[in-house]
Amino acid sequence: MDFKLTEDRRMLEDTISRFLADKYSISKRNDIAYSETGHSAQIWAEMAELGIVAALFTEIEGGFVGQGFDIALVFEALGRALCPEPFLGALLTGKALAAGGAEHADWLNSIVSGEKIGAVAFEEDQSHYQLQHVATSATKTASGYLINGNKAVVTHVEAADIIIISARLSGNVDDQSGLGIFAVAADIAGLEIQDYANVEGGRSGQLTLTNVALPPEALLAEGDAAFELLETIAGYAHLALSAEALGIMEVLKFSTIEFLNLRQQFGVPIGKFQALQHRMVELVLDIEQARSAVINASTLPCDKIDRAKRLSAAKLTVSATGTKVAEEAIQMHGGIGMTWEMPVSHFAKRLVMIEHLFGDEDYHLARYIELSKV
Amino acid sequence: MQDIDHFRAEVSHWLNENCPKTMRTPMPDDEICWGGREFAFVSDDQRLWLNRMAARGWTVPAWPKKYGGGGLNGAQQKILAEQMQAINARSPLQSFGIGMLGPALLEFGSEAQKLHYLPQIASGEIRWCQGYSEPDAGSDLASIKTAGVDEGDYFSVTGQKIWTSYADKADWIFCLVRTEPDAKKHKGISFLLFDMTSQGVSTKPIELISGESVFCETFFDAVKVPKQNIVGGRGQGWTIAKYLLNHEREMIGGSDLLFGGADVCALASAQIGVDENGRLNDSILRAELAKFIIDEMAFDAHLAMTKNYMRAGNQLGARSAELKYLGTELNQQRQNHIMAIGGLGALIWSSHNNQTHQTPRQWLRSKANSIEGGTSEIMLSILAKAVLKMPS
Repeated sequence: MDFKLTEDRRMLEDTISRFLADKYSISKRNDIAYSETGHSAQIWAEMAELGIVAALFTEIEGGFVGQGFDIALVFEALGRALCPEPFLGALLTGKALAAGGAEHADWLNSIVSGEKIGAVAFEEDQSHYQLQHVATSATKTASGYLINGNKAVVTHVEAADIIIISARLSGNVDDQSGLGIFAVAADIAGLEIQDYANVEGGRSGQLTLTNVALPPEALLAEGDAAFELLETIAGYAHLALSAEALGIMEVLKFSTIEFLNLRQQFGVPIGKFQALQHRMVELVLDIEQARSAVINASTLPCDKIDRAKRLSAAKLTVSATGTKVAEEAIQMHGGIGMTWEMPVSHFAKRLVMIEHLFGDEDYHLARYIELSKV
Repeated sequence: MQDIDHFRAEVSHWLNENCPKTMRTPMPDDEICWGGREFAFVSDDQRLWLNRMAARGWTVPAWPKKYGGGGLNGAQQKILAEQMQAINARSPLQSFGIGMLGPALLEFGSEAQKLHYLPQIASGEIRWCQGYSEPDAGSDLASIKTAGVDEGDYFSVTGQKIWTSYADKADWIFCLVRTEPDAKKHKGISFLLFDMTSQGVSTKPIELISGESVFCETFFDAVKVPKQNIVGGRGQGWTIAKYLLNHEREMIGGSDLLFGGADVCALASAQIGVDENGRLNDSILRAELAKFIIDEMAFDAHLAMTKNYMRAGNQLGARSAELKYLGTELNQQRQNHIMAIGGLGALIWSSHNNQTHQTPRQWLRSKANSIEGGTSEIMLSILAKAVLKMPS
């Protein structure tokens, strides 16, 4: 069973897959992902040139497709190649800017074209995935806003040109109301970045904002609309990450089956043993369930509750299954699965990272319960 | 597109005119229409609904018209199913003839066999049972011993089957019989059809832990089966059996019976109570039910995609094992949740006035889901070898 692929989508998938297969061997990928920048400016530019960033956006947003299925398709392909380029940041930054209206068209265009790199900074040291937990303050001034506070584990923040930030205009630290969403140029005065390497390659960073002065038009949304925008952007992250995880799981599935069929012990391929066959099939069936959950989410229904439920269901399923796939793939590979040299270890680490981005399994279970009133 | 809209309108109109009101309510298990010579209709409406649907060929909408079917294409089948669902119309007829023998005959039967047997299935005249497992041939089905001795015009069939669903209520049986004793295990089996009223056939229901007796032991003592009742030629039985098992697994995995059941959330809310936000009072059960619902949602999507795939004329083949495994595991989880929700009271077998309690019986019945039609372990082995191509 597969995503419903139209001719255009098939071409898009072909383009991405062929490009990535060309550019990335696992050692090349690791050189890039574990480098000082965590990605390759050159490959990013080439991919943007091919229209792969623009595929994440609708025509109104300056892209050319941008439906839920397209986003899922792009990220699944990126997952299969374990691509460390800042696509997630582009998707989320672009969607935030698009919500901000016409005055952000220039920045939006520069994101869609890939000319500028985007990052979103929602997480804080104490927030533990809760989007409404915002201690960073935004104070209204005569000339705009002053931002003060810290943001934690911001993906690709060092590489970013534009950063989307949640800050509090009023109320208490856990209130859903009183928030503001701001678009910030990364080189603005008072913004400091402490950049570090991630477990699976790629970079993230801690963001410190000290009296960062923003013009009034930096505000993308405030009041109820601000929290709604946070949820919308997080929803795109749930879909993209779930689809990326699916791509990774497919790779681990095939490489593990291949290994079981090749590796000889006791004079036979170990894939002949029933214990391993059943273990492998159960894993494959879990991945199929995860695929169905992602397809369910890809339709991005208009009804907000239905949409959020499907997205949380997908992210939860992918988080639980992804962790299991990561562990099982390594266990079934045996010692060799633990080595840096084998691709399996790097794919496994990315799955674990995805589990923790934009809400882990427990977070999404609680959210699903909240949404569905179980 | 216009044709399709026209068809939808016509179907909707016809169903509204012809589906009796009492056939638009949820169907309890004891009101399923199985058809057959001896079938006791629960109401005139049930009989009327069957006859009207059969006359249009809509008990088997996908089969060709000349065999009693509706001759509908994939899109039309989907519309019929949707429109029936829209008015909660009950399934007019359910049978092993529809789900299993029919597809096998369509694929392997002679034209004469199709013209003879299929219309009787479509109309509900003849109820079929399936003679597969034997006391010493369960998961290792191809080791069956029931023998068909060549007596010229006919085979003389002697042996025993077990777990034959509704053998005591069926009119005819489709049966795996070893007719080629000298051939290799899988090559010596033929697929025979015969009347359960034939001389030498007897059945004995098996009482199960659920208190039900769905399954029978079935005995054959020198039963004469005319040679024209063989489907697909001598020694072809295993090929047909495998094809048919795939259908059975699709049916079990995708059965509305498994998933048409109670809404576990509503059940839990009523039994355990909710807080001021409408959420279950028991936070651990709440989390378990949420996980279950999320899994069920994914499986429903999987099922919907699979049905579209099959309506487009594709066959699942060995992948039916996937549907069977996932579907039955989920149903067993569902039954376990229902028991957990019910607490101690869920274990009550019958009330003081001897009314049977369904909850523990359905839970116990569900234990058979991962055994019948091929065990879950056999499903995993099939998927490993046939789909993942792991070595055997």
